[in-house]
Amino acid sequence: MKHLLSAGDLSLAEAVQVLDTAGQMAQTQSREIKKLPTLRGRTVVNLFFEDSTRTRISFETAAKRLSADVINFSAKGSSVSKGESLKDTALTLQAMGADAVVIRHQASGAPHRLATSGWTDGAVVNAGDGTHQHPTQALLDAFTLRRHLVGDGADAPGRALEGLRVAIVGDVLHSRVARSNVQLLHTLGADVTLVAPPTLVPVGVEAWPARVSYHLDEVIADDKPDAVMMLRVQRERMSSAGGGFFPSPLEYSRAYGLDAHRLAALPEHAIVMHPGPMNRGLEITADAADSPRAVIVEQVANGVAVRMAVLYLLLAGGGAPAGARTETKVDQ
Amino acid sequence: MTTYLLRDASPLGAGTTDVLLADGVIAALGDDAAAARDRDDVTQVDAQGLVLLPGLVDLHTHLREPGREDAETVRSGTRAAALGGFTAVHAMANTTPTQDTAGVVEQVWRLGRDAGWADVHPVGAVTVGLEGERLAELGAMAHSQARVRVFSDDGRCVHDPVVMRRALEYVKAFDGVVAQHAQEPRLTEGSQMHEGVVSAELGLAGWPAVAEEAIIARDVLLAEHVGSRLHVCHLSTAGSVEIVRWAKSRGIDVTAEVTPHHLLLTDELVRGYDPVFKVNPPLRTQRDVEAVRDGLADGTIDVVATDHAPHAREDKDCEWAAAAFGMTGLETALSVVQEVMVDTGRFTWADVARVLSTRPAEIGRVADQGRPIAVGEPANLTLVDPGVRRTVDPRTQATQGSNTPLRGREVSGCVIATFLRGRATVLDGAACDEQVVIS
Repeated sequence: MKHLLSAGDLSLAEAVQVLDTAGQMAQTQSREIKKLPTLRGRTVVNLFFEDSTRTRISFETAAKRLSADVINFSAKGSSVSKGESLKDTALTLQAMGADAVVIRHQASGAPHRLATSGWTDGAVVNAGDGTHQHPTQALLDAFTLRRHLVGDGADAPGRALEGLRVAIVGDVLHSRVARSNVQLLHTLGADVTLVAPPTLVPVGVEAWPARVSYHLDEVIADDKPDAVMMLRVQRERMSSAGGGFFPSPLEYSRAYGLDAHRLAALPEHAIVMHPGPMNRGLEITADAADSPRAVIVEQVANGVAVRMAVLYLLLAGGGAPAGARTETKVDQ
Repeated sequence: MTTYLLRDASPLGAGTTDVLLADGVIAALGDDAAAARDRDDVTQVDAQGLVLLPGLVDLHTHLREPGREDAETVRSGTRAAALGGFTAVHAMANTTPTQDTAGVVEQVWRLGRDAGWADVHPVGAVTVGLEGERLAELGAMAHSQARVRVFSDDGRCVHDPVVMRRALEYVKAFDGVVAQHAQEPRLTEGSQMHEGVVSAELGLAGWPAVAEEAIIARDVLLAEHVGSRLHVCHLSTAGSVEIVRWAKSRGIDVTAEVTPHHLLLTDELVRGYDPVFKVNPPLRTQRDVEAVRDGLADGTIDVVATDHAPHAREDKDCEWAAAAFGMTGLETALSVVQEVMVDTGRFTWADVARVLSTRPAEIGRVADQGRPIAVGEPANLTLVDPGVRRTVDPRTQATQGSNTPLRGREVSGCVIATFLRGRATVLDGAACDEQVVIS
């Protein structure tokens, strides 16, 4: 693995390896001294063209816990806002000796360009590009799913997500989280159902390894999903200028929001996920978001472990990190 | 003026003959021409194994001058045209300033004449500044020295049905044609690529086929209603072919063009996010490619036009969404047509002459181009070696644009010589020295 651009690039073995490594990383994070020496002397650049404090902090924490030097490069207040191109920014970072570039960009495919254009030698990690991909989000979601739903409550190393039923609910059309999760969950053997109003499902979705439903209540009743993943819905999408995708927030919530009633209809063991930031009252009510079934805060914590694993695997090569060795076995 | 004897050329790929070019016309054919084999005042060109075509005529070229001379100039663009076998190009109106007045179209026409590589026929904008609101002075452009007959807001669609109706009606006064860039604007806001399976996966905003088809359907009905001539630019979808086929069967006076890239390439190429494949209308699916090939083969699509759209490197050397739409095509169009239509047995070379020379000249009302290869006709000709295999390299092309989608690709056929009114613009596969061209 030279870069992490798309969740679809990961084979089953690679995906399980990342999850297992993340499990080892998570163990080290319960120690008093959380820092590992693994990436000492390596430089990780967080190149953020789009505001995302949460994702940036997660990557920054992950890199620092591995002892890497971290440079945060935000488009705001930098030369980028003065019109500098992605290419020149990349060349600049290359000249400064970046070993890895974690990039968040509003244009789909920007990380791909960075990785394939020869502008930088470093490993490129996609931290979210347009409406395309957000692979570390999918990995942390898979990690969270495995912890809760596979094995007996431990990390379940070596295991995939065979047979798990996951419903992804909301604005699939504009969601990089949905695209990444559909691919990764499929690779890991889970069954995915996308639930959205028809306007928020892309033309061409029929080629995805997922079922599509327009009815959340039916999916909850018939599929009995093991997990529901609620997607953020931007309020501006309902305006005419924003595309007029649905008539009103109320109508959206009524049909696709997760509230106490729908939460109660889910199977006993089912978990509630959300990539954040949440629109409370739109796609999820406080009752659902704050219920014991919600693992939303844990997703954030797992994000650090997963991103440590990704940086470790990209920069330090294969094998388990020193001091965190356990047996890994891949279930095919 | 040099007199040329093309020895053993194969006109339209059938039979062989010598062809004598003198005083700007085809002076002799057959034995009459062969009599010049011993004359040392005649430049002898060995054309054995070469196909002789009427000089190619492009209905859709972006020369970028005035305004974006960093991307292309009339000189560099027409030099590329000559190397591609073209003797005439129609220069699209989206320049800066826009080609929407007699003054600007005359300027472009004159730049073409001064450069001397190919005849430049400026296309006039349909509306002022391509804004789609008010008709430009179409009559003034038609009656200018540039003698504009093709009008287009290409790059933008004349989307207002009333404006389109008026334009269709108005150009009848001087036998003009409206060439429509069919793109429903609301359905394509922010669009980046063909809407379908690939766009769904790549997360790029879709450009649905219906946005093209809806406009073409509306326009053919408008053209029928007002009894006008309509030309459809760069038709790209299977549905568009169906609609044009239906319109023609109904007797509507519509013609259509397809680009070389829509005959060859699909949206699968976008997967690498390389903006060299970003073009408008976008690359479609394999099914659409098959449909436009069928449409070209059965005559539904009249012409192949390049939509040659050179860009400065920085406008392509960036992320997909920030990149400009367009790809170059003048120096590869004939090869693509050969590969897709001739080498597959669907076209004879006479068909190639029809779609790349005769019909485009007729649609553009260019009287001295696209003529038969016969004694007394203007010597606008190109010689092609169909047997050559060559690798496309933008660094060796004459266009200033390096945005060819065929970079590194091996293609068939090579233009060996091009003659503009008896004067060689290309000989031995290379552009003739500019001073020779001008003299």
